[in-house]
Amino acid sequence: MTMIFGIPIQALLGQLLVGLINGSFYAMLSLGLAIIFGLLRVINFAHGAQYMLGAFVGYLLLAHFGIGYWPALILVPLIVGLASMIVERLALSRLYDVDPLYGLLFTFGLALVIEGAFRYFYGVSGQVYTPPSQLSGGTNLGFMFLPNYRGWVVVASLIVCLGTWLLIEKTRLGAYLRAATENPILVQAFGVNVPLLLTLTYGIGSALAGLAGIMAAPVYQVSPLMGSNLIIVVFAVVVVGGMGSILGAIVTGYMLGLAEGLTKVFYPEASNIVIFVIMAIVLLVRPAGLFGRDA
Amino acid sequence: MADLTTSEIQGQARARTEWLLVGVALAALLAAPFFFYPIFLMKMLCFALFACAFNLLLGFTGLLSFGHAAFFGGAAYFTAHAVKEWGWTPEAGVLLGVAGAALLGLVMGFFAIRRQGIYFAMITLALSQMFFFFCLQAPFTKGEDGIQGVPRGHLFGFIDLSMPLNMYYFVLGGFLIGVFAIWRIVNSPFGMILKSIRENESRATSLGYSVARYKLAAFVMSAALAGLAGAMKTLVFQFATLTDVTWQMSGEVILMTLLGGIGTMLGPIVGAGLVVALQNYLATSEFPVTVITGAIFMICVLLFRRGIVGEVYARLGRTDSSDAR
Repeated sequence: MTMIFGIPIQALLGQLLVGLINGSFYAMLSLGLAIIFGLLRVINFAHGAQYMLGAFVGYLLLAHFGIGYWPALILVPLIVGLASMIVERLALSRLYDVDPLYGLLFTFGLALVIEGAFRYFYGVSGQVYTPPSQLSGGTNLGFMFLPNYRGWVVVASLIVCLGTWLLIEKTRLGAYLRAATENPILVQAFGVNVPLLLTLTYGIGSALAGLAGIMAAPVYQVSPLMGSNLIIVVFAVVVVGGMGSILGAIVTGYMLGLAEGLTKVFYPEASNIVIFVIMAIVLLVRPAGLFGRDA
Repeated sequence: MADLTTSEIQGQARARTEWLLVGVALAALLAAPFFFYPIFLMKMLCFALFACAFNLLLGFTGLLSFGHAAFFGGAAYFTAHAVKEWGWTPEAGVLLGVAGAALLGLVMGFFAIRRQGIYFAMITLALSQMFFFFCLQAPFTKGEDGIQGVPRGHLFGFIDLSMPLNMYYFVLGGFLIGVFAIWRIVNSPFGMILKSIRENESRATSLGYSVARYKLAAFVMSAALAGLAGAMKTLVFQFATLTDVTWQMSGEVILMTLLGGIGTMLGPIVGAGLVVALQNYLATSEFPVTVITGAIFMICVLLFRRGIVGEVYARLGRTDSSDAR
C-alpha cells in the first residue's frame, strides 16, 4: 500500500474527497450569503434553515408526490426561493433602514421557527433520501473508489458556483445588482426598480441554499437540524473569505472544506474546530478576510 | 432659568420615585421565596444577571455578541469542576468560574474586536462554537453527560447551601452585586466612553480614546458577569452540561435583552423573567419552545425594537434611555 507521511494514500484521498464535498456545500452556501449580504446588508441567519428546507422539500416531493431527484433539482430552489421572497417582501424589507444587526436577529428568529416546526413534525432523526438510479454505484478510479453521486455533487456545485458568478459578472441583471450594491439610490434614479431587485436577490440567494439542500439530501440524512450547525461553519468561511467578493466566497469554501478533510487524516480531534482556528489566524493577519476589501 | 429649576425638581422627584421603586423591588425579592418555588426564582435571577451582563456589551457599548453562552456555560463547568473534583468552597468555586469566564472573554474579545458590526457577531458565534466543541471533547467536562451531582457545599465553610432559603439569598446576593457593578460601570466616566463608542466609534477615536482597549475591557467585564451568572446557576441546579454552551443559549440571552429593552437597566431583567416564565409554562406542554421563541424574536424585531421597558420609557417621555437604533 502506498503511504504518504505514514498515512495510507487511500485514506488520504478518501478524506480529501469528503473535504471536497463538504467544501462544495460551504462554497454554495457562502456564495448565497455573500450575494444577499452584498445587496441587502443582511446576514441571512436563516440560510441554514433554508438549506434544510431544500432537503426536506425534496424529500416530501418524493414521499408524497413521487417527484424524483431530477425535477426536484429545479422545483426545490423555486419553492424555497419563492417562499423566501414572500418573507422578504412582508418582513425583511421593513428592516433595511435600521441597524443591519436587526436583519440578523430577524432571520435568526425565522430560522428558529422553521427548524422548530420541522422538529415538531418530523423529530430529530434523519430521513434517508436515496440518490437517483443514474448516479448510484461508483467508479473505480484506479487509485480510489469514487461513489458516483459524490462525484456529481462536486461537479454540479462547481457548475452552479461558476454559473452564479457569470450571472453576476456578465449579464445585465448582474450589472444592475453590482451597481445597486455600490449605490442603490443612484441606480433607482436611473429607473431600475431597486426594491424588486432586492427581493429577487434574496430569492436567488435562498434558492441557492435550497439547491444545496436537495443536493445534500442523498449525502447526509434529511433532518431538521442539518442546517443549524452548518451555518456557523459557513459564517466562519465567510469571515475568512471576506464578504467583498463572490469569487472569494467560492474559493474559500472549497479551500476550507479541503483543510477540514486533511485535518481529519492527520489530527481527527481537531477536525471540528480547524475552520474556526483558521478564522482566528486570518483575523490576526488580515482582519478584512482573504479576499475582502476593508470594511 | 425657571424652566431649568422646574426640570430639576421634576428630575429629583423622578429620582426619588425610582429609588422608591428599587426599594420595593428589593423587598419583593427578599420576600419572594416565601411565596414562589425557590429554584424557579433562582433560575430567573441567574438568567436576569446573564442578560444584564450581555446588555452591558450590546446596550451600552453597541457590540452584539453571539457567543455569550461560552462564558455562561464555561463558568458553569469551571465552578462545577472546582467544587466537585477539588472540593472547593462554593464562593471560591464561583470566583474561579468568574475568573475563567473573564479569561475566556479576554481571548475571544481579542479576536472579535478586530471587526465591527455583523462580523463581530459572526466571529463571536464561531469562537463560541469552537469552545462548544472543546467542551464536547475535553475530558473534564464529561462530554455528553456533563458534570453531574455538584455539591452546593457550605458558604464560607459554615452556611449550608443545601437549604433552599440559604441558597436563594446567596444567589440574590450574587445577582445584586452583579447588577450593582453593571450600574456603576454604566454610570461611570468609563461607561460614558463606552456609550460614545456605541454612538459614534470614529468620533470616539478622533477624541483620542483607544477604542479597541475600551471595547476589550467592556467585553471582559461582560464575560466575567455572565460567568458569575453561569457559576451560580451550576450550584443551583447542581450540574453543568453542554446545553449552557450551545449557540441556542447565546440566542436566548439576546432574546431576553431584546424583549425587555436593549440599553435599559431594567429591560434585561424583565425580559429574562418573561422568557424563563414562558419556558417554564411551555415545558409541560407538547408545543415546541423554539417556535415560540423564534416568533417572539421576529415580532420584537419588526414591531417593538425598543423592547417592553424601552417602550414604557418612550411613552413616559424619558429621554435618557437609549434609543434602539
